[in-house]
Amino acid sequence: MSIERQAIENLATLARIAIDDNRIKEISQQLGSVLDLVDQLQAADTSGLDNVANPTQESQRLREDKVSETDQREAFQAIAPDTEGGLFLVPKVID
Amino acid sequence: MNWETVIGLEVHVQLATKTKIFSGASTAFGAAPNTQACAIDLAMPGTLPVVNQQAIDYAIMFGLAIDAEISKTSVFERKNYFYPDLPKGYQTTQLEKPIVGRGTVAVQLADGSSQSVRIHHAHLEEDAGKSLHEGNFRHGMSGIDLNRAGTPLIEIVSEPDMRNSQEAVAFAKKLHSIVTSLGICDGEMSQGSMRFDVNISVRPQGTTELGTRTETKNLNSFKFMEEAIHLEVERQIDLIEDGGTVLQETRLYNGETRTARSMRSKEEANDYRYFPCPDLLPVVLSDQRIETLRSNLPELPDARQARFIEQYQLSPYDANILGADTSMAGYFEQATAKSGNAKLTANWVTGELSARLNADNLSPDNSPVSAEQLAALIVRIADSTISGKMAKEVFEGIWAGEGDADQIIEARGLKQVSDSGALEAMVDEVLAANQSMVEDYINTDPDKRKKKLGGFMGQIMKASKGQANPQQVSQILAQKLSEML
Repeated sequence: MSIERQAIENLATLARIAIDDNRIKEISQQLGSVLDLVDQLQAADTSGLDNVANPTQESQRLREDKVSETDQREAFQAIAPDTEGGLFLVPKVID
Repeated sequence: MNWETVIGLEVHVQLATKTKIFSGASTAFGAAPNTQACAIDLAMPGTLPVVNQQAIDYAIMFGLAIDAEISKTSVFERKNYFYPDLPKGYQTTQLEKPIVGRGTVAVQLADGSSQSVRIHHAHLEEDAGKSLHEGNFRHGMSGIDLNRAGTPLIEIVSEPDMRNSQEAVAFAKKLHSIVTSLGICDGEMSQGSMRFDVNISVRPQGTTELGTRTETKNLNSFKFMEEAIHLEVERQIDLIEDGGTVLQETRLYNGETRTARSMRSKEEANDYRYFPCPDLLPVVLSDQRIETLRSNLPELPDARQARFIEQYQLSPYDANILGADTSMAGYFEQATAKSGNAKLTANWVTGELSARLNADNLSPDNSPVSAEQLAALIVRIADSTISGKMAKEVFEGIWAGEGDADQIIEARGLKQVSDSGALEAMVDEVLAANQSMVEDYINTDPDKRKKKLGGFMGQIMKASKGQANPQQVSQILAQKLSEML
């Protein structure tokens, strides 16, 4: 199964990645083989079974509502590309 | 053509937990930027979320308050999109299995009628950080504060059951009243603790098919909500009547300019590729936990309003106003316990006190006039020491910090004259000094005499420097004048 060019381009836009035009065919085939695998899985008879969100039978452990974190701003901002007045700076985005 | 408006709401409620939904960082409002954003909130590699028990409990409490189904198993999912205030590149939220299922909210409208708004579901999710565009940052960049990132929210999604802005605002106010009464949200709208997305469509009156809807996002006051609805309804009707079609889109309302604009079209942004979050296991709730929360629910607005009518013989109108707000209700009950006069206390709390608090943007909890002080003032009105008019002056004095009611009455010499001998003398004096008015009164058609009384009352109150008991004066005056006929 191969995927249409437009779908690949749309996925690339959503994932914010650039894909060279000459690689689209290759990527289409690779993703297609993943979908083939999904088709195989979907062929299994799951009627009468509930959806499973997680493969284990465990449930989520919960945490007490108590502050446990201290201010580490200096450490985090030391590795950030750009900061000003305690804020992280990013290219202006307004939609 | 007549048009019918159809409105549904999505309401974001910040939960009043001490820490984030997935980390132990503080959620306190107003901290210096990024001082409450820990490695988990910043999506540092290798971190894992751990769910806050209190956020789960608060969501359950909301569900119980609106009689909703509580999901014994709920699942967190990832909603994928890129935005600088969302470090992970996805929002952890719920979709297929939200914690709160269908419920209903009873809404009282201004005309006294009531309406039931269906809740489709309510789910738990994390808030995003804040983008600051107006700061004059280096190279025209935007500043990002991630203190809010990871603050627990419930998003309450209604069915499209509202037909105009009044109904939508009444519903929003009712939700505010419920979540603050439960104590699961501080209700501070100006701090973004409750934010509303309004879905609006119009259709020809009498038809049942829904029109194309738009979503006006992030309204943070009831007033803005009402304005935004009016604006959008008008825009859609004009558009259709001019031969156009409404596009499904997200719109932003600007409260300062009172205008709205399109934010993004849905086909581009709506591909969120949800999937169950592999970092989190399903949240499983025991019956015992749910029942414990149910039996510990605080008094809800509807029950409180009914109790106020029953216990204090308040009118439904007063009970609605006083019962809707927890701190207002508390203030009223405290003041009434001391004043022993529920009706008069209700009048003062809903009237003078509310007006002053609103004007100064204060809540009853930090009122300059305490419940005890107001009660002491009301006692002096009830025992006729002062008139209602003087009481307003005394109230202003207490508000300004001049002391308690009795001190101010004493200091300003505001005691009302209720001694009937003194009042009679005063009335006689005024009648004697205004012979022409008296003659005019006598010569007036009996049906119209009542109107003339105001002139005498004015003269007498003036002569007493406002200290005569007006009820008594009016009785004495009526008596004296009828003797002259």
